[in-house]
Amino acid sequence: MKTRRKIWIFVVLIPVAFTVWWPVWHMLSGALTGALEIKNTIAPALDSAASDNFAVWHALPNSPTLQPLVELLFDTPEFFVMFWNTVRMVLPQLIGQLAVGAPAAWAFSRLRFRARRLLFGLYIILMLLPFQVTMVPNYLVLNTLSLMDTVWSIILPGAFSTFPVFIMAKGFDAVPYSLIEAAKIDGAGAFGTFLRIGLPLGMPGILSAMVLGFLEAWNMLEQPMTFLKNKSLWPLSLYLPQVAADNLGTAMTASLLMLAPSVLIFLFGQKYLELGIQSAGLKE
Amino acid sequence: MTFHSKKLPHKKHADDAKAAALFLLPSAAGVSIFVLLPFADTIRRSFTNALGTQSVGLANYDGVLGNDAFQLAAHNTARFLCVCIPLLLAISLALALLVRAAGQGGKIFKTTYLLPMAVPVASIVLLWQTLFNTKGIINGLLDALHMQTIDFMGTGAAFWVLIFTYLWKNSGYDMILWLAGLDGISQSLYEAAAVDGAGKIQLFLHITLPCLLPTLGLTTVLSLLNMFKVFREAYLVAGSYPHESIYLLQHLFNNWFLSLDMGRLTAAAVLTAAALLIIILPLQALLRGGDAR
Repeated sequence: MKTRRKIWIFVVLIPVAFTVWWPVWHMLSGALTGALEIKNTIAPALDSAASDNFAVWHALPNSPTLQPLVELLFDTPEFFVMFWNTVRMVLPQLIGQLAVGAPAAWAFSRLRFRARRLLFGLYIILMLLPFQVTMVPNYLVLNTLSLMDTVWSIILPGAFSTFPVFIMAKGFDAVPYSLIEAAKIDGAGAFGTFLRIGLPLGMPGILSAMVLGFLEAWNMLEQPMTFLKNKSLWPLSLYLPQVAADNLGTAMTASLLMLAPSVLIFLFGQKYLELGIQSAGLKE
Repeated sequence: MTFHSKKLPHKKHADDAKAAALFLLPSAAGVSIFVLLPFADTIRRSFTNALGTQSVGLANYDGVLGNDAFQLAAHNTARFLCVCIPLLLAISLALALLVRAAGQGGKIFKTTYLLPMAVPVASIVLLWQTLFNTKGIINGLLDALHMQTIDFMGTGAAFWVLIFTYLWKNSGYDMILWLAGLDGISQSLYEAAAVDGAGKIQLFLHITLPCLLPTLGLTTVLSLLNMFKVFREAYLVAGSYPHESIYLLQHLFNNWFLSLDMGRLTAAAVLTAAALLIIILPLQALLRGGDAR
């Protein structure tokens, strides 16, 4: 009876999981498929006018090849530019979120001051506003500061995002007051206490914020689309769909290379990712 | 992990306040410069002409509410929300319950269902095209089975493709929230009810579901906000002007932005923010009330 119930559970879980496994497999095998084979298999799906056939899917390429990868790495300098564009927009954002957000989160979580609840409530509301609402305010200030069409138009609003402050504050909540008091008695100042006790003990929350922040920034689409007119500044996320039309093999490989950092961080940081999602859900 | 610890040491507030001001200063300054002040300006501009020089009263709001594209987008967005949020909540709750019931074997599925969060939109889009194009894999299958092929992106079917994408992407995220909620239910409640002779279904209806109510509120808010991100997929697959069934508010904002229609854009931003606050604030107040402080 017990085992039969278990079997039924997996009868549901496995097909749902297949909707995730299949795309990942498809991308892997697509990246190892030569241009000619792609033309005969999935290319009709992207250019339906050029062919009378339907796209077909092969579980494995007939003749696996690293040709698309080689082509991407050696013949497509744009790829490196776009990859670099993505990196130099993502990393400063994360560094900024950490440098500016962690002290603020510490104050919200472990320091007593007037208007604390009011300010924190404001931060929560701001973190909940979607880009479509903050787009206009962002534009107004970026335009005034002449930052439109520079990488700073992406980095600065991202670095001052209130979402990581919220997640890190939830993490700092686990730091016991007794330790803070003890540090004070030892003569540590407010900043010393934050560095020596807050940062190490609040690390899970900080890592949660960083994992979530990375996934968000790596996938950014609306911001660069809105604030960057100059295509040479575009990140991979905007560039990929454009190359897909001309060269599907390269695009498949590029999309795999874009997926790789994201999935690696996901797999190594899954614990923190779950922690981060949960802390947004736990009641305040 | 409750935010408001009940045993706060009440001395040295003055020291705390000074330190807090310094700790908060960089963040608060950035938030003020990039969001708060310009948002105030956005509200002001929503009552002025495009250059922000002359007051026009409510003309911008009239312009937004009377606009055909706005009505279409608002209608589609509402329809999308009404379909996708209940579906997402039900599916993710079912997944959470199943993953829990599967015990050790459930771990791999938890990872699997979360994975779409890490798959970049640009990668998904290529796959979606190979699947849903008129000459795509699904139509190839339909054709092989001698069935009518479907123009997924050119008809109302586009709406359902987008719903599917949203569900695919967000089920794992919501599942984690449900799992946290389920973990929070005290085991003793179940035991007591089981002693009283309650069956499995009764336990679920009378203990699990009521205890999950707070989780339901927050999961709904977060799902609602994640809905705004579905624009990424919609835009990359179908561009600025997709099939009219998936022309959402996000498309409208984007298109008005491209034409720099500041009057309407500011009014629409204020309206959207107001609509969201009307949904979010009562929920927040409700949760704070439950905090008994």
